[in-house]
Amino acid sequence: MTLDTASGRAGLADSAATRTIVTGRRAGHRRRHAGDRGEQRIAWGFLAPFLVAFALFLVWPLLHGLYLSFTDQSLTGAGGSFVGATNYIEALGDPVMWRSLGNTAWFTVLSTVPLVLLALVMALLVQRGLPGQWLWRLSFFMPYLLASTVISQIWVWIFNPQIGAANGILEALGLEPIAWLQNPDTNMLAIVIATVWWTVGFNFLLYLAALQNIPETQYEAASIDGAGEWRKLFSITVPQLGQITVLIVILQVLASLKLFDQAYQMLGGIASETTRSIVQYIYESGFVGYRFGYSAAISYVFFAVIVVIGVIQALVTRRRREHS
Amino acid sequence: MSAAATSTATRAVVAPGVAPDARGRKPGQRRFAPLTVVAFVALALMAIGWLLPFLWALATAFKTETDAASGAGGWVGESGPTTEAFTSILSQGNVWLWAGNSLWTSAAITLITLAISAVAAYAFSRLEFRGKSVLYGAVIASIVIPPQVLIIPLFYEMLAFNLVDTPWGLILPQVVAPAMVFILKKFFDQVPIELEDAARVDGAGRFRVFWSIVLPLSRPILGAVAIFVFITAWNNFLWPFLIINDTTLMTLPVGLQTVISAYGVQYAQVMAQAVLASLPLIIVFLIFQKQIVRGVATTGFGGQ
Repeated sequence: MTLDTASGRAGLADSAATRTIVTGRRAGHRRRHAGDRGEQRIAWGFLAPFLVAFALFLVWPLLHGLYLSFTDQSLTGAGGSFVGATNYIEALGDPVMWRSLGNTAWFTVLSTVPLVLLALVMALLVQRGLPGQWLWRLSFFMPYLLASTVISQIWVWIFNPQIGAANGILEALGLEPIAWLQNPDTNMLAIVIATVWWTVGFNFLLYLAALQNIPETQYEAASIDGAGEWRKLFSITVPQLGQITVLIVILQVLASLKLFDQAYQMLGGIASETTRSIVQYIYESGFVGYRFGYSAAISYVFFAVIVVIGVIQALVTRRRREHS
Repeated sequence: MSAAATSTATRAVVAPGVAPDARGRKPGQRRFAPLTVVAFVALALMAIGWLLPFLWALATAFKTETDAASGAGGWVGESGPTTEAFTSILSQGNVWLWAGNSLWTSAAITLITLAISAVAAYAFSRLEFRGKSVLYGAVIASIVIPPQVLIIPLFYEMLAFNLVDTPWGLILPQVVAPAMVFILKKFFDQVPIELEDAARVDGAGRFRVFWSIVLPLSRPILGAVAIFVFITAWNNFLWPFLIINDTTLMTLPVGLQTVISAYGVQYAQVMAQAVLASLPLIIVFLIFQKQIVRGVATTGFGGQ
């Protein structure tokens, strides 16, 4: 697409580009020297607005949070004295922290698998070019446009034990109704279902874009060689999707680890032992329990977990790349 | 891979004369192939499954509260469709205010994010300066930092700046988007440098080149980035929920949450609110859906 626009101006640009080459040599040396300093100044000028925001709202909070995690700072301003590793020692011995991390990990496993596989199936089906493209895209992507408040309310209502559609389906199948969100055995599952419905559209779009980038000529060549639909799927499409799948899985794991909004809202702000995520525990200890220092310490334990996952993932991808 | 691909591709070019029937049969075959029918049915079922929750919410929004609470009368309710729930919500006044707040704060976040990320991405893509690779590495690494880790110190910072319970306290922390810098930089890398060199020889400065050559060429990616930043900002819950207490400054998701907590059982109203809150973004998607899909493709997410 860039190239389309670019080639429109290419004719005009060409002559000027030729001029650079012709005149460039004479002025080149002097210009490069002067340009170095000028370019440095321009570069920092270009970067300044972003770097200021980056430093103020990302780097500084990251460092300050680390400092806070070694204090007994409270929301009200009380405390704030240095307490060493006390918060971390408490966090590591806190069963609620471990339970919240476990819930988050469990949610990540439960949600990532369908969020990747369903997105792939949806994209493969839509890519076949069946009529009604806009409708398919809209159906799968639209939930992603809804605020967590909205999806939470829709699903609280679907999972309502008395009048909800979920139990309507169970009854139609001759099964016993379930108190989905109230029952600790099923509430995480209910949150996973709602989340898959809500966010699969984004992965679907990523897969769809990747599928559209596979050159049509490969399929044509395969057809002529007598390859059938399945053969083309497994010999062309699937191998070409390897890289994007790695990317989608990484993005999805990072996104799933941040579970909070929908779990918090679907349970009406009530902390359930089986659904409390690590982010919810950060929120509860900071903004409900007023213990900023402790909350910051949990944040860094969570961050450490993410970094470890990131390192493992980087090692795995590197090894894969070396193998191929 | 490329060698095999080239040989088959060459054969494809040579082939038309050899296998004319394979080409001629293709369209008809595609239409009636059993696999296509199966695909169509599967697609339709999934689409229905994905639309149903929303349609159900839509149907409920048009019911009376009694019908919505009892579930009687199926899709339309016993008393038939009514716009009661909508009028009741819209007359509460605050909904319009919240929608306005959501709109202007999301627009501000989008504009600021786009402006500061685009110039920074251009510098990373085209300009040479000391410490570039270290700085760029730091920006890229920060993509994995979960924003939730920062909420405590950010809140503290906002207290210090006196920005708690103000629109700017809501907006400013949301304008840092390292992922968008990465995406824009990757796009700028692909813009042919000859175009810029030409303009520079003609005497244009760096900013002039960026503004009148690079930016116009980058419209599709800028559009895609803008749409994703806007959706994220519009739907953000945690930060606006923490930083805003004043009812008149709330965004739509946070404001609706307070109403829902207050009148939790009024399903028709809750669903009407849900429909109203999602309408603007659905309209945006319907208008821009081609650009959004294409945008995702050009962000480099597209693989290869």
